[in-house]
Amino acid sequence: MSGEEFVPLSLTPLLIGIFAAVACALPGNFLLLRKQALIGDAISHVVLPGIVVAFLLTGAITAGPMMLGAAGAAVVAVVLIEAIRRLGRIEPGAAMGVVFTTMFAGGVLLLEQTDTSAVHLDVEHALYGNLESLIWLDAVGWSSLLDAQALAHLPVELPRMALTLLAVTLFIALFWRVLKISTFDEGFARTLGIRTNLLGLALVITAAVAAVAAFDAVGSIIVIAMFICPPAAARMMSNQLEGQVAWSVGFAVLSALLGYILAGYGPLWLGAQDAVSAAGMIATVSGVILAIAARFGPCRNRSGAPVGV
Amino acid sequence: MLIDALLLQLGYNATLVAIGATLLGVSAGVTGTFLFLRKRALVSDAISHATLPGVCLAFILMASFGGDGRNLIGLLLGSALSASAGLWCLNWLTRNTRLAEDAAIGSVLSVFFGFGIVLLTVIQTMGVGRQAGLEGFLLGSTAGMLWADAMVIAVGGAVTLLLILLIRRPMTLVAFDPEYAAARGLPVSKIDMAVMGLVMAVTVVGLKIVGLILIVALLIIPAVTARFWTERSDHVVLLAGLFGGLSAYVGAAMSASAPNLPTGPIIVLMSFALFLISLLFAPNRGVLAAILRHFKFQRRVHLRQGLLALAQGQPIYENLTLRLLRKGGLVRADGVATDKGKASAAKALRDEHRWAVVRSDQTHEAAAALYDGLRKIESVLTCDQIAEIDRLIGGPQEVPA
Amino acid sequence: MLDLACSDGQVKQGQALENSPLAIRGLTVSYGQKPAVFSVDMTVEAGKMTAIIGPNGAGKSTMLKAALGIVPPVSGQVQVFGKTLDAQRARIAYVPQRASVDWDFPTRVIDVVLMGLYRELGLLGRLRAKHRAKAIECLDRVGMGDFATRQIGQLSGGQQQRVFLARALAQGADLYLLDEPFAGVDAATEKAIISVLKSLREAGKTVVVVHHDLATVAEYFDNVFLINTRKVAEGTVAEAFTADTLQAAYGGRLATAQVDKLALAMG
Repeated sequence: MSGEEFVPLSLTPLLIGIFAAVACALPGNFLLLRKQALIGDAISHVVLPGIVVAFLLTGAITAGPMMLGAAGAAVVAVVLIEAIRRLGRIEPGAAMGVVFTTMFAGGVLLLEQTDTSAVHLDVEHALYGNLESLIWLDAVGWSSLLDAQALAHLPVELPRMALTLLAVTLFIALFWRVLKISTFDEGFARTLGIRTNLLGLALVITAAVAAVAAFDAVGSIIVIAMFICPPAAARMMSNQLEGQVAWSVGFAVLSALLGYILAGYGPLWLGAQDAVSAAGMIATVSGVILAIAARFGPCRNRSGAPVGV
Repeated sequence: MLIDALLLQLGYNATLVAIGATLLGVSAGVTGTFLFLRKRALVSDAISHATLPGVCLAFILMASFGGDGRNLIGLLLGSALSASAGLWCLNWLTRNTRLAEDAAIGSVLSVFFGFGIVLLTVIQTMGVGRQAGLEGFLLGSTAGMLWADAMVIAVGGAVTLLLILLIRRPMTLVAFDPEYAAARGLPVSKIDMAVMGLVMAVTVVGLKIVGLILIVALLIIPAVTARFWTERSDHVVLLAGLFGGLSAYVGAAMSASAPNLPTGPIIVLMSFALFLISLLFAPNRGVLAAILRHFKFQRRVHLRQGLLALAQGQPIYENLTLRLLRKGGLVRADGVATDKGKASAAKALRDEHRWAVVRSDQTHEAAAALYDGLRKIESVLTCDQIAEIDRLIGGPQEVPA
Repeated sequence: MLDLACSDGQVKQGQALENSPLAIRGLTVSYGQKPAVFSVDMTVEAGKMTAIIGPNGAGKSTMLKAALGIVPPVSGQVQVFGKTLDAQRARIAYVPQRASVDWDFPTRVIDVVLMGLYRELGLLGRLRAKHRAKAIECLDRVGMGDFATRQIGQLSGGQQQRVFLARALAQGADLYLLDEPFAGVDAATEKAIISVLKSLREAGKTVVVVHHDLATVAEYFDNVFLINTRKVAEGTVAEAFTADTLQAAYGGRLATAQVDKLALAMG
């Protein structure tokens, strides 16, 4: 495909998809190893009430307040889950189920009660976003990448997602060593003076930031899939945390790339006219990757029974 | 209007939906309890999200063979099939790979749902357009429901409840003590599968009312709520059924009474309200009771430690201990024991000696097992036994005051 | 913390607190409404090996965890080498129970040992050849030098325990606290661990071990601390590990015949 077509129509959604996928997969690795994989699921459900409340407060669809609202809702959800788990002595899965369904229900109800016909705010959009619409109309080809005027009209989601990815990467890199120690052996980490509770909360907040930014661009379904599927598939590929994270980034990029291409061009190859949901396709591809890794990955089994003594 | 709705006066369809929802709520509450007690509550989340591709495929199939894509029975059959596929993937992943169940749940949930969304967009381009109304399965929609559909839901709810009644005994046994159940010769894995089958039935019946995202709430929240009120397993099941039925009934009625009140969210918020009340105010496991108990316990520990320190002439380091002793009139403001304090301290130390005897003597093993540092010795031994122990220790005058 | 105006006896106790590698005062820990550890005082003697013993559920591990700030106490104070725990973390090495971690975690043996160098390396310190060499050396000391690049999930229980000990050695601490290091390990591992612990004692370090095997107490340890929710006895093996104290700690749970046999074995 020529640059004149590719750059304005596909480059930006593709990049946004890749950045979102990687930003979610990175913290996903640690959530997976901490048996908190479903925190991503919970967070992505509560984003909806967050943005609805933000919309009700500001009366407009602007990115800033909506992202604040979503991030706020994520933090509220995490705190509520933790409170219900501790206060009610309820297993984490059930506590999560109580919190995210209730908050999601609240979001839907608020949405129904509010007149949002003037703005583009509905449940479907929240679920699967609209990656395909994030096009770069001012671009005319590869040369636009050097054209300041065209660059000024990049979809705002692109720099925002890139910044989020940068922040997430920085967090993981900076706290790599303590994250590794406290994920493996929390009690030992505490005797070293590591504040494991704070670190755990910081990890969840990082995941929430990634989820909220990605959600704004691509909807919550990719968010859940990217939190879990690439790290889970990577777990089958490597017995080293470093290796696992590297594989997960690779799988996330591959899912975004293949998913976007298949959604856009797959139906055309099959003779159909219209593209299908890119977000859904990216999630599907990540599932196929996971299935392949689960069937053939070199490290797919639990570490075997001890040999000898 | 709401009164009319609660009394089922809002027309035939609304009444059918309310009855169906209530039956569904009871079934979901009961079934969810078994999941919750097996610590697998969120498996239902994977199952419900996994219904979407089935609904879409069924629609595509029925439409392309020239039928009405919206036939509810066909759609529900499709959803059941794809939910089973999701469940199979989930079990395969946890059994054959190193993934823990939570990761398996998350991957099945997101991938099936993502694939379902792809199919939804396919349907939107099929020319039938948005009229397919399949979005209703995401969040449930009972407005303008056909009579036949309402009937399907009411009958489905009734059948599910009947099935639960039939196999409730073995399910209860397995949920509370799988090892004992296995020892009694019950086919535990088959019963687990039956529970999953019921979860699927509840999900499928509930799709049209509360939608696939929120059906999880009906399975989880009533069970969690019921757990606050009782320690008895059979009571948890009954209460969960009651809470589930109540929320569903009131929710369905409320939603029928006014526009813009979608059934699913209202039902979920109703059951959350019951949950919140239970979390805060349940007599034994509730938060309020626990807080009161904790403070009382902390006071007892500090008081006891303070008395023992007084009796043994040790310094008391902690301010809370000193404050409690002062408040009880046991020490003066300068930290010196009052007469009352001396007497209580002597008694506390003496009880410690008595306990030491009890715990080293095999004849008191049952009593010794109750020792926790706080329990009054009078509560486990008779006066005669205590007198006997005192003879062993020696007279009270030997206890330093 | 210590009231200097108090009587002579209390000042003396204060000095013991100052010098002890680990001094616990009035420690109470509870899970729910039943105390697991109640009002326990403990003063660990420097340069010795101390066993914490008591029946199952007597609060041995809980006491250790609370002393290290891993579980929160209801009341009580802990001093490490005369200062607060936080001020002295670098001087403590803790070996948790083997079963407390997921051995399917994606990492190699040497990486686990390198975790012991965290306080030296800090958040971002570069891992250099000398750190790796130190880790290998610690693995050699527990006889696991050949396993450095193994995936930890491939280890046997005894090997896992030795890796944990190597991680503690890497910390270069003055006080070593081990939680049931001999539980479910093979005889060779038990021997290897005890010889390492003895060499630590030779080097003037202090070792505290939560222990469950009464038969080996006299052979392995200098001091014992008997606990059954409350402190039962504390002192040298000769003083505190007697038929009477055992009876007091274990009550009816230890057959009298067994106590007699142990007493005999101890001479």
